[in-house]
Amino acid sequence: MKGATHGSISPSYPRVVPAGDEAVLVVFGQEIRRDVNQRVHALARALMEGGPAWVREVVPGYVSLLVYYDPDRASFARVHDTLLAWATGEAGAALPPPRRVEIPVRYGGLDGPDLEWVAAQVGLEPEEVAARHSRPVYVVYMLGFLPGFCYLGDLPPELAVARRATPRLALPAGAVAIGGRQTGIYSLDQSPGGWRWIGRTRLRLWDPRRDPPFLLQAGDEVRFVPE
Amino acid sequence: METGQERPGQRPRPGPSWDDIGFEVLAPGMFTTVQDLGRPGWQRFGVPQGGALDAYALAAANALVGNPPDAAGLEVTLVGPVLTVAREGLVACTGADLGFAIDGQPAALWQAHRVRPGLVLGFTGRRSGCRAYVAVAGGIAVAPVLGSRSTHVRARLGGLAGRALVRGDRLPVGPLPPGWRERAGLALPPPLRRHGLPQPARVVMGPQHDWFLPLAIERLLGATYRVSRRWDRMGLRLEGPRLAHRHSAELVSEGVAPGSIQVPGDGQPIVLLADRQTTGGYPKIATVIAADLDFLAQAAPGDRITFRAVDLDTAHRLRRERQAMLAAVARATGTAGAPGA
Repeated sequence: MKGATHGSISPSYPRVVPAGDEAVLVVFGQEIRRDVNQRVHALARALMEGGPAWVREVVPGYVSLLVYYDPDRASFARVHDTLLAWATGEAGAALPPPRRVEIPVRYGGLDGPDLEWVAAQVGLEPEEVAARHSRPVYVVYMLGFLPGFCYLGDLPPELAVARRATPRLALPAGAVAIGGRQTGIYSLDQSPGGWRWIGRTRLRLWDPRRDPPFLLQAGDEVRFVPE
Repeated sequence: METGQERPGQRPRPGPSWDDIGFEVLAPGMFTTVQDLGRPGWQRFGVPQGGALDAYALAAANALVGNPPDAAGLEVTLVGPVLTVAREGLVACTGADLGFAIDGQPAALWQAHRVRPGLVLGFTGRRSGCRAYVAVAGGIAVAPVLGSRSTHVRARLGGLAGRALVRGDRLPVGPLPPGWRERAGLALPPPLRRHGLPQPARVVMGPQHDWFLPLAIERLLGATYRVSRRWDRMGLRLEGPRLAHRHSAELVSEGVAPGSIQVPGDGQPIVLLADRQTTGGYPKIATVIAADLDFLAQAAPGDRITFRAVDLDTAHRLRRERQAMLAAVARATGTAGAPGA
């Protein structure tokens, strides 16, 4: 009954499960994968652009979409059936491709104090770490942690390093960092953070006085451009 | 004028004029913040919803002084502040009984009180509950950020420079609503004074109860948990029998709803509240229902909590009962408040 049409996705997905009495999770899979994540964003965009009136808010994760609904307007059964149909159907298929955003980055030195450490860990020159970090087209898997903080993947496997045992207490806004198979951009000054800080962008990821206040949204494609 | 709002290195901005100042802070209390009903709609950008933890109490306080339900007031935690009244008006205090007093005299909760310049609002000590709400006619008029005046301390967002009150702060207050004088003495009838933790707190299971051993679910619904000292507006950390996962305590990060009971590897549950991060990676065994979230705000360290599972129909019925109470508050106070809390 819940059979997914997408060949590479386990037949038990997608599924819609309650997350309290005002939200449901639409789950597309279990592991971090770009194709699974794209389905999350396709559903998110479809619901935001033309979803039922009972959809109040959507929050993308790596493999799931949290959908807040208004129980005064729809029962759980209706929410469940409608979202399952949207998640398995063609919704989102005709949507425009993701936005591509270029992020200028200065690597190393005061703009990236952990670059040398990372280079030593992975056995590459610092310039080569910067070159390989700026090569892929990343996808914004999701935002979270703090306002505007972006989780981007996938980092080339040879750059994967462990997080700091003791997180830094105050990274600056625009700090570009790596941890595991991911890279991220810190959005607030004095952010705490355990990832390795290798570069910095002068772009503001969020500015409450700007419209829109956030530079990036989940699902965007991002390229880092060394400067 | 110094408003206490400037951050080091920022160009000082002109503060509100004396005419707009409602209170001056003589002592800030343990943790007093400006809160309204939060900033929904921004969670996909990582912005927590935030807002008053006991949203019912804030909405009731606002109704008593003639404000709309989403006006900003003060959320007071365990030990209250001392405030000098700078402008004539009305105040109401609801929620926890922290010994609310006006010029040293005990003042009734859930009631509108007329205040004049020079009076001192204070709190003589906690009797019950954890968080009290002070509403003032006109509302606390700090600048909204992303549509809300709520303070989120970790993101340094909203309120007064994104932080809790400090001594010397001056709180701007909006224009007095029409007919405010007639509200002095207005009180809510006892059935509408909603406070105290329901025992047990009601939950719907999931979204990841199948990540836990059956014994863990038995324990959650049978044992008593104590609120830890490590508790804040992000989450209520609980201590009690360990809730063991079947395999792993690491989930791929996903959006988290308010009331989620997440369980990290140590097996000690955390109930996530309004200031929680928008996404998280621990399995959630159950979720406290919307109707009972207000009460969680009144749990203080050392308090005991038990849980009971209900189905979604029951949760939605209890949610409608809460909305009916908010509608009754609006009728009792003559405010055309939408049941937005």
